[in-house]
Amino acid sequence: MTTAPLLRVEGVRAVYGDTVALHDISLDIADNEFFALLGPSGCGKTTLLRSIAGFETPESGRIEVDGRDLLRMPPHKRPVNMMFQSYALFPHMSVERNVGYGLEAEGVGRSELRSRVQEVMAVVGLEHLATRRPSQLSGGQRQRVALARAIVKRPRLLLLDEPLSALDRQVRASMQLELKRLQHEVGLTFVVVTHDQEEAMSMADRIAVLRDGRLEQLASPQELYADPATRFVASFIGTANLFDGTATATGVDVPGIGGVAATHALAAGDAATAVVRPEDVELAVAATSSLRGTVVDTYFLGGASTISIEVPGLAAPILATVHGATRIARGDAVGVRFGRAAVVAREAAAASVDDDADADADAAASDVESGDRSPAGDAPAPQEEVSA
Amino acid sequence: MADATVNPSTTAMRELEPAARPRAVRKPRGILVPLWLGYAFLYLPILVVVIMSFNDSENLFVWRGFSLRWYPELFQNEQMMQGLVNTLIVATGATAIATVLGTLLAYGIQHYTRGGFVRAFAIAPAILPDLLLGIGLLTLFSLLSISLGLHSVILAHAVFATAFVTAIVLARMATLDPSLEEASRDLGAGPVRTFMRVTLPQLAPGIVAGALLAFTLSLDEFVIAFFTTAPTQPTLPIVIYSMVRFGVTPEVNALASLLLLVSIVTVIAAQRLTRLTGTPK
Repeated sequence: MTTAPLLRVEGVRAVYGDTVALHDISLDIADNEFFALLGPSGCGKTTLLRSIAGFETPESGRIEVDGRDLLRMPPHKRPVNMMFQSYALFPHMSVERNVGYGLEAEGVGRSELRSRVQEVMAVVGLEHLATRRPSQLSGGQRQRVALARAIVKRPRLLLLDEPLSALDRQVRASMQLELKRLQHEVGLTFVVVTHDQEEAMSMADRIAVLRDGRLEQLASPQELYADPATRFVASFIGTANLFDGTATATGVDVPGIGGVAATHALAAGDAATAVVRPEDVELAVAATSSLRGTVVDTYFLGGASTISIEVPGLAAPILATVHGATRIARGDAVGVRFGRAAVVAREAAAASVDDDADADADAAASDVESGDRSPAGDAPAPQEEVSA
Repeated sequence: MADATVNPSTTAMRELEPAARPRAVRKPRGILVPLWLGYAFLYLPILVVVIMSFNDSENLFVWRGFSLRWYPELFQNEQMMQGLVNTLIVATGATAIATVLGTLLAYGIQHYTRGGFVRAFAIAPAILPDLLLGIGLLTLFSLLSISLGLHSVILAHAVFATAFVTAIVLARMATLDPSLEEASRDLGAGPVRTFMRVTLPQLAPGIVAGALLAFTLSLDEFVIAFFTTAPTQPTLPIVIYSMVRFGVTPEVNALASLLLLVSIVTVIAAQRLTRLTGTPK
């Protein structure tokens, strides 16, 4: 980025009692960007958002908007607005008064207030509900009111805390598109906090993946998916086959399946994990393949099918995705080949100790960790190893 | 519990619509006997007072026939009327102090303290023995050389009434979404504006309920008032007590019935308002 960032977070560290919620987080957000803070619950993403809004005070570090130090300002003086997870609509005020509240507090004149409220209500499609109370609205409508209330002051930065989590699945999908449209239309910078990787991937220009208060990777969705920086990112974003092994000159040597070819920057002999996305797993005739397995299940998903293949020597089955329906059935013997593979270093001493214990326990085995798209599980949180 | 299947998110609504529960099993009638006995035990003494207030007889304990004559006569009894006026002055003053103080106390406890210790201390005067409060206040007043009179009763009643208001306002506060205040701050309103425009309106049902309760409690408080008032300015309960010693006239029944009516109305009003607490409307 050549221009100065809109938001600069520098070395922010936050502590609650004995737990460190944020370890020296630094990141820049550009003007007009749709930015996502992604991570499992307890990763510190909400703490960071609330620090920007002014409801938490970091122990150290700087947060600047347009070069101005935010941490010196009380929440009501900051040029940012927030959409709360609970929406926090004022129950005793009509929709109109809720939306106009910020302008009123700012001392905007009556006629300007009126026209700006009407304008923003039109943008979110709420004109007909102006006189209703929040309790008389549906979940989706409340969300729109909260959004209208947060953008009416045209903040430099709009913070959204899990904006879609209170909505049911169908409404959520359409609101994702709508948020994206709105961001373009009003030309604001959005910072969204979410634990839902699909949501972050589909909306954001760039995503910061947080875990245990540390920034794991900051990149575009495409980059996160294709070139994860850590094993955690690889498993958290999308579905992945993870093969733990040892780096070699040509790839990763994985016990049980042999070499997985890939380019990487690790030194030979380093503990490494090969990351193979299910669509990069190719199926072949069993007889002519060096790596063979048995199909344990197939899942038809409409546009694609996922095939789960058990390979002797691997703890978890390999997942492969093919277009459309498949004729392969449970019990078939198939050959497996890997197309593109990414390589990440296996967490060594640098990472937190308790995670290492886990990683070592199944170091020799492969495991498949999947996000929302997993055909088997419907649990939204892909990882359980998160500490609160 | 019959409502095991009710979704937790509708808990607030549940108490508003008891009729919605299915009538599953016919319960045996016999179970109702202890219920009615319990109610009889609670309300028979009150019922007797109300019935006897319509008694035509001069004698408090002999029924001679229906009459309304004690009601007008009550208002001719100067001693009682003066007591009533004193009591109303005390109740109003104590309620005013307690409502303001209790609300601020609850706000402070909620926002600036953690844990139940401070909270328990704020509410304790509500359950302390009246005798203790009475003696303590009397001692304090004489130490500070504050003269006794209605003003000292007002202060004394404000002590325990504040505790009640605090408890009720705190309960209301616990049901509120803490992000409401944050949202107000976020939208550019300072702390004072946030309190006046968001916090206070949200607390209003709790504050009113607390005030009504404080008022009714002060209305019939005897022990503390006995300790802290001047003999020349007795409140109504003290007037009645001294009359009882010299023989009760039937106006007392009429007065008690009227006070009962006032209390019932206030308690129902307070309860309705407290119940609003649970609903987001």
